[in-house]
Amino acid sequence: MLPHRKKRLQNILLLVGSSFIGIFLILTALNSQLDLFYSPSELNKNNLPQERIKLGGMVKKGSIKYEDTKVLFVLTDFEEDLDIEFDGIPPDLFKEDSGAVMLGSFDGNGVFVAEEVFAKHDENYMPPELSK
Amino acid sequence: MSNKIINKFASAKTYIETCDKYFLFVFIPSIVLIIAGWYWGIFIAPPDAVQGDSYRIIYLHVPSSIYAQLIYWIMAAWSAIYLIWKVKLAAYLTKSAAYVGLLVTFLALFSGSVWGIPTWGTWWQWDARITSTLILFLMYLGLIALHDSFNNQNKADNLMSILTIVGCVNLPIIKKSVDWWSTLHQPASITLTDNPAIDPAMLYPLILCIVSFGFVLISMGVLVSKIIIFNREKNRNWVKSYG
Repeated sequence: MLPHRKKRLQNILLLVGSSFIGIFLILTALNSQLDLFYSPSELNKNNLPQERIKLGGMVKKGSIKYEDTKVLFVLTDFEEDLDIEFDGIPPDLFKEDSGAVMLGSFDGNGVFVAEEVFAKHDENYMPPELSK
Repeated sequence: MSNKIINKFASAKTYIETCDKYFLFVFIPSIVLIIAGWYWGIFIAPPDAVQGDSYRIIYLHVPSSIYAQLIYWIMAAWSAIYLIWKVKLAAYLTKSAAYVGLLVTFLALFSGSVWGIPTWGTWWQWDARITSTLILFLMYLGLIALHDSFNNQNKADNLMSILTIVGCVNLPIIKKSVDWWSTLHQPASITLTDNPAIDPAMLYPLILCIVSFGFVLISMGVLVSKIIIFNREKNRNWVKSYG
């Protein structure tokens, strides 16, 4: 390789290397702030956040109850559970033992009042007859 | 000897001649395969146990998303070739690919939103996967805008190539975003290390769609690059006597 081309290649490698190190440092500093939601065990139960947050986890098996227009259920990450209350229609894929993400805030009694509920779905795809 | 080969491949004239010669061999299969792939995916493949028929947008979403990232890697390689060897053709192709990349990244975002409404219950969330893909879309847009904003074409090629290479940092972030952070988007279904999490009856049409998308995008890229090359080299004799 001719010397001036070698020099250019070195410059490119330097450019790529420094960009990657820079972005690595930024991402390390931001860390979990880039998460979309908190999971129940990340919250301190004695000092629940006052502001609007997003929570995510699994809908606990057998926990969904309907009261008037409200949906009550328990969100779990298999370490901690939280009671959720949602006044509205959850998406079709919202069901027990399945992932969900919700935006809302805690009321005075430690119940999370969701304004919006989103359903997560997993990466598995299979025909209905195989899933039984 | 090796320089001679490189010079031949680096010539825009040879590139155009080669493309003209083989274009139909890519273009015709691309149309046939994409119709076959979508027909298989939409009418023959079984519905999903959880999502029903709405999962079928995977046959647009996954190919678009794969090529949104792959095209950027290819552009970065061309940019390096341009910066090191000053091969002008590489810069022409980088610019051409940026248009195709912009289109497929838009398709990936759009099809993702359309898919999100019936499944997630929302068409947009600022999660790491969706946001980093939006950044990729803006990168393509920015590269085109940057290149268009210079009168001096050599300067434009240089800066576009440098920015393309710097922008590579976003690609591993897109890929790993679903593993590094909590997102609404699910993790990858097809990986190099594990068995695919998709039933074969759904996976085979998906693979066909991915392959056919490659052909479609190559055809598209060739057409765009012809416009760009003829425009850039319009004063050259071979262009004046073309066709």
